[in-house]
Amino acid sequence: MEFVQDLLTYEFLQKAFVTSIVVGIICGVIGSFIVLRGMALMGDAISHAVLPGVAISYMLGINYFYGAVATGILTALGIGVISQNSRVKTDSSIGLVFSAAFAVGIILITLAQSATDLTQILFGNVLSVRTSDMWLTIIVGGIVLLAVILFYKELLVSSFDETMAAAYGLKTRLIHYGIMLLLTLVTVASLQTVGVILVVSMLITPASTAYLLTNRLSSMLVLAAFFGAFSSVIGLYFSFLYNLPSGPVIAIATTVLFLLAFIFSPKQGVLWRILKVNKQRTAVSKEVS
Amino acid sequence: MSGTISVDHLHVSYHGKEVIHDVSFSFDEGKLIGILGPNGAGKSTLMKAVLGLIPRDTGKVMVSGRPLEQVRTNISYVPQRSNIDWDFPIKVKDTVLLGTYPKLGVLRRPKRADKKWALECLEKVGMADFANSQIGELSGGQQQRVFIARALAQKADYFFLDEPFVGIDVASEEVIINILKNLRDAGKVIFVVHHDLTKVEEYFDDLILINKELYGAGPVENVFQTDLMQKAYQTPSMLMGNLGVSV
Repeated sequence: MEFVQDLLTYEFLQKAFVTSIVVGIICGVIGSFIVLRGMALMGDAISHAVLPGVAISYMLGINYFYGAVATGILTALGIGVISQNSRVKTDSSIGLVFSAAFAVGIILITLAQSATDLTQILFGNVLSVRTSDMWLTIIVGGIVLLAVILFYKELLVSSFDETMAAAYGLKTRLIHYGIMLLLTLVTVASLQTVGVILVVSMLITPASTAYLLTNRLSSMLVLAAFFGAFSSVIGLYFSFLYNLPSGPVIAIATTVLFLLAFIFSPKQGVLWRILKVNKQRTAVSKEVS
Repeated sequence: MSGTISVDHLHVSYHGKEVIHDVSFSFDEGKLIGILGPNGAGKSTLMKAVLGLIPRDTGKVMVSGRPLEQVRTNISYVPQRSNIDWDFPIKVKDTVLLGTYPKLGVLRRPKRADKKWALECLEKVGMADFANSQIGELSGGQQQRVFIARALAQKADYFFLDEPFVGIDVASEEVIINILKNLRDAGKVIFVVHHDLTKVEEYFDDLILINKELYGAGPVENVFQTDLMQKAYQTPSMLMGNLGVSV
């Protein structure tokens, strides 16, 4: 429990701790909607697409937040424009746009010879979180949670049955882009903790784990938030003790939780399914013989 | 009470290719209307274009004298079963509760009275025992009954159902058609995309017969005629007889 001692002693560790937890919660919540709406690849795209924004912000000497949000939204719009106005399917247009954005981002960062180390943006370094980063994350967290609480009803119905929602007059396009905006905010807030490349593991994996464990959207959101927060604290712990980049550790933690649910989940777990099938087979073979 | 619904010179195209050509019709309240046509005739497309879910090239849709867009909360839509993700984490009772959302509007939550009403609707389709099941655990017919309960929960005057009888059991089909007939008797207007020609006369008051363009719209006895059906389906009259069309 040396870690708890250090946590109480060092201010940088406290900032990292708070940021990790907030990032875990909001990734789990927004990730749940991404998973249910079949937009996992979109999450990957937005996270990569913030890179050029970070580089441009650095060149202009402004907070990386603004540039990242701008390129994230442009990417979401660009994907929409290509898939709606040509025969290119959505998954292909996502791949097309985000790889281009990511390529531009890497070149820009190299040209700018950014003090913000490329590896840090790519893989995260939760221990270097500054006070301003922490507050930014908390504000983004507040916005995301408030939006989800206020519009829970609309998010639920449009995720489950978009056509019915549109038929009764809900602005489903607006909701789609609203979620893209929240996704961009969450991604930017997660840059320091998990890094660009692995944000998607925080978005998809805790939400998928929760998906295996519950039949209610509200419990799925809470569970996903918990798994996200738990994984990012684990990431912080190993990052601090063994000097590892936090992103990969977090990604592995989320995956271990997922595997546990995949095997042991009471309703969806592989283990119970095998046991059930065997039981059934034995029963049938007894009847036959 | 509802009122008339009229569609005026509706054209729809998809990637520059016309799929609905100049369709007009008008129906009074208290009608159960079947939308018929061969596969690929644009039945679902017609329904979606009428509802404004896909863009129209031209065409006005008026509901009791007002554009449809202004009375959306009064419109209940039941999608094709294949368009729904049945693994979605939602219980039967919460699915029916979605029907109360349109009249609640944004930001307001369903109250106890709404939940009670949702359960009553579930009882009407004989699914009250399944209130706490996940929708994916139900059979196809049971799922469709839950969606009918959701449509009832909306207290709408206009109903649009896209292929509600596909892939469901006989008992569920009977429950659903009886509910639709009750709604009709209460003065509602109900449109049903349908492709099984054997029960047309038993189920519907009026028909819309399309195959890209309109082949007939009006009372069943006027539209369900061999010559019209043959033209719309582009099939020899022999086969029509087998399908139960009066020759």
